[in-house]
Amino acid sequence: MLRPRIIPTLLVHKKGLVKTECFKQSKYVGDPINAVKIFNEKEVDELIVLDIDATVEKRGPDFELINNLAIECRMPLCYGGGVTTVEEAKKIVELGAEKVAFGAAAIENIHLLKAVGDIIGLQSVVVVLDYKCKGLFNKLELFTHNGTKSTGINLFDFVHKLNEIGVGEIVLNSIERDGKMNGYDILTVEKVRNIFRGPITVLGGAGKLDDIKQLTNKFKIIGAAAGSLFVFKGKYKAVLINYPSKEERIK
Amino acid sequence: MVTIVDYGSGNIKAITNIYELLKIPVSVATKPSELKDAEKIILPGVGSFDYCMSKLNNSGLKEVLNRKVIEDKTPVLGICIGLHIMARESEEGKLPGLGWIDGYVKKFDESKLVFRPKLPHMGWNSIQVKAMPELFKGVNHEHGFYFIHSYYIELINKEDIMTITNYENDFVSGINRANICAVQFHPEKSHSNGIELLKNFSQLKYVTT
Repeated sequence: MLRPRIIPTLLVHKKGLVKTECFKQSKYVGDPINAVKIFNEKEVDELIVLDIDATVEKRGPDFELINNLAIECRMPLCYGGGVTTVEEAKKIVELGAEKVAFGAAAIENIHLLKAVGDIIGLQSVVVVLDYKCKGLFNKLELFTHNGTKSTGINLFDFVHKLNEIGVGEIVLNSIERDGKMNGYDILTVEKVRNIFRGPITVLGGAGKLDDIKQLTNKFKIIGAAAGSLFVFKGKYKAVLINYPSKEERIK
Repeated sequence: MVTIVDYGSGNIKAITNIYELLKIPVSVATKPSELKDAEKIILPGVGSFDYCMSKLNNSGLKEVLNRKVIEDKTPVLGICIGLHIMARESEEGKLPGLGWIDGYVKKFDESKLVFRPKLPHMGWNSIQVKAMPELFKGVNHEHGFYFIHSYYIELINKEDIMTITNYENDFVSGINRANICAVQFHPEKSHSNGIELLKNFSQLKYVTT
């Protein structure tokens, strides 16, 4: 039987790993390759690595880093950050990542996704949607450039378009819940689930295993992604990479 | 010695890493001379069907690969699109496949999938082993392997089935005919189960016919 995926999400900033809160106040949590080695030992379902500097610095993906990550990963790897062309996506897959994530580039030019899909297969095309409430009516709007750039695009309108294209996966990332460890934005997931027919991964807010359980109980086959939960331990947030054991995951 | 066909598609480094970890000799073939004496062959593949087929057609490796597999009966293990290209053709592309296996690659029928998500079939799923148990020695069938695909093989001969997986409906997730084996999932990305499978392949002594 197909199982829900529990996915540590690592943010790369200045070659190191960081964890943010509401996309700000980044805290150094370790070395990317070392983290992958630990996650290998813990047999994690999948890994997402996002370079949060690339788009802001207007540069392409760090292929050296991707190469080093892919060599180490014994689990599927999804890489995102600064990918704007078909060539870059193709190279990332050739280096050994299973999936390529698009953020700003997909929002600026949605046709890119179809072109990339023709080469690497649409199943490997992932779109990360960073969203937060905005305006008088609390509409959910998409943001890019680490949450600093407002796009004026409504989350649900954009999900409709992604559904038409048939992209491989959506990563729903709540900016307001990032690093808060207060639970996932279930309401928004439900609305997106009704629009998008493909796989969804939810990021932002997981603070305990029960948050993941709540998500997977409700939506069954879904990706439960988390940053803080898998890199911090205890109320003082000491850096300690952790992940539920196989037995805990089956519960 | 296991030789991985490097025609420009597939996660070659992830596979060589595992063999290096296991201290099992492994080589990568980018030209015919590196493939012609192979004892075991791995045919990987990621991307779309036509992308992989055109890469293989232009690699200069296809002729020797065909000879090794069809005439010399060298054991071969296909992975993901490496399985698809063993078939006659695919709904995903226009180019003909290698035609080693009597089968056609089809897209899952979304109208038959009741629940969401529909496609791709992605994540960790179990397997039922129907043939070649020696390849799955030490593998936890229930825990299974990592899948990411929207297309699957429909076999003409049911005796070619090696493993079955359920995604609302059963589909063929592994095939076996004589020296040819292939899996839809990614052993190189499936932790200890994948490591066991790759190890078992390197140690296969007898090929069931």
